[in-house]
Amino acid sequence: MFDYNFHWRPVLKTLPDLLDAALLTLEVAILAMLIGIVIGLCLALIRLHMKGSLYWFATSWVELARNTPALFQLFFFGFGLGAFGLHLSPYLIVLTALSFNCAGYLAENFRGGFLAIPETQMRSARSLGMTAWQAYTRIVIPQVFRIVYHPITNQIVWCVLMSSLGMLVGFRELSGETQFFASRTFRIFEYFAATAVIYYVIVKLILVASRILAARLFRY
Amino acid sequence: MIQIRDLHKYFGPLHVLKGINLEVKKGEVLSVIGSSGSGKSTLLYCINGLETIQKGDIIVNDIHVHAKQTNLNQVRQKMGMVFQQWNSFPHLTAVENVALAPKIVKGKSKAEARKIALSQLEHVGLLDKVDAYPNALSGGQQQRLAIARALAMEPDYMLFDEATSALDPELVGEVLDTMRLLAEEGMTMICVTHEMSFARDVSDRVAFFHDGVMEEIGSPSQIFGAPQSEHTRKFLAKVR
Ligand SMILES: Nc1ncnc2c1ncn2[C@@H]1O[C@H](COP(=O)(O)OP(=O)(O)OP(=O)(O)O)[C@@H](O)[C@H]1O
Ligand SMILES: [Mg+2]
Repeated sequence: MFDYNFHWRPVLKTLPDLLDAALLTLEVAILAMLIGIVIGLCLALIRLHMKGSLYWFATSWVELARNTPALFQLFFFGFGLGAFGLHLSPYLIVLTALSFNCAGYLAENFRGGFLAIPETQMRSARSLGMTAWQAYTRIVIPQVFRIVYHPITNQIVWCVLMSSLGMLVGFRELSGETQFFASRTFRIFEYFAATAVIYYVIVKLILVASRILAARLFRY
Repeated sequence: MIQIRDLHKYFGPLHVLKGINLEVKKGEVLSVIGSSGSGKSTLLYCINGLETIQKGDIIVNDIHVHAKQTNLNQVRQKMGMVFQQWNSFPHLTAVENVALAPKIVKGKSKAEARKIALSQLEHVGLLDKVDAYPNALSGGQQQRLAIARALAMEPDYMLFDEATSALDPELVGEVLDTMRLLAEEGMTMICVTHEMSFARDVSDRVAFFHDGVMEEIGSPSQIFGAPQSEHTRKFLAKVR
């Protein structure tokens, strides 16, 4: 039957290290999100308003990011670029791969958001004498932001979870750290169970924070 | 004064305005009527520079609207515009909707802008909806909000593009009343409208558009009583 003896002590002893690694996970996920939001917004605007090579560049980015396995994207920035003599640190590999992936997904969310704003919003803003920039930043973007808010939240969660692939390129974030301790102590099940709980808590915290923020931001 | 001289507008190969000549004097109320697709909305868009023109001239307060050196954002501040589709800004409350442009376009302080907004909301009878978001307002209220928003820029002219066409019949009255009030206060107005009673009772002159041409212009009694053009007669027979 079931004769495995659980040993939680090693896990507890290294818990501070795991939590440190969790912070690193969060850091890289949030950074990738911020980069992804900025680039995704640019990609969406390019795809909406431009033609020619820039359009094709943005479209290829979106297609590759959304339609290839995230793991392959990670390996591309790790080993793929390595083959061309460009060696990034594990941290940078994960950050670029996550940013690349997020930008592609968010670009489509942003694009949908922009398309959902009726053209008359822009027109009436301009008819009041607002510059194109003012109309965009005061009228269009805030409405787009509301539309993409929940997709962005989902993307942060996805980012946190996907950063666990980092252990495959030697990044000592939460999963990498767990892997390291697990193989040293052979307490594999305990370590990964504990880490799963940490991921779960992080994700729940993000979702709750997002809900609280949404209630404060969107009163309409 | 708004002066339009030999205005031509094309959308690609489509000739939408075919040589319009028109003057609207200060304090005048002009109603523009005509069937769908005759170019009425396009005329308004050309007047405040939301559409480009291909030939002719539009002069507002001695400024050539479509000249290269013209700052359109300044011209537009002199012309309030109300559209057919209600387009209140949904993410802003009623008072924020009205205060935004005075604040960011004219550089008024927050307190000043709010004061202007409140007085314009009172003007259109929305003082009880100051902090409501547009989705809590009826279509008629949203249209009045759009009027208040335009008035807050202290325009010399108001352009209305079928401001009541998208409204339920029972809400049309309150918006027309607000427009009537503005006319009585001496606002210079160009109203594209399908409301013949409004055109007859409120305007100083009525212009009839057909297929990109201004076929007829004259006093309401002339246009409704003794229309000269065959097209005008047919149109009026249809809408009566
Ligand atoms: N952005 C555009 N691109 C191409 N064609 C356009 C555009 N806007 C309007 N048109 C065309 O120009 C013509 C005049 O349109 P306009 O909207 O000015 O008519 P209207 O008199 O306001 O009609 P309605 O009573 O239906 O509002 C129509 O044939 C219309 O299809
Ligand atoms: Mg129209």
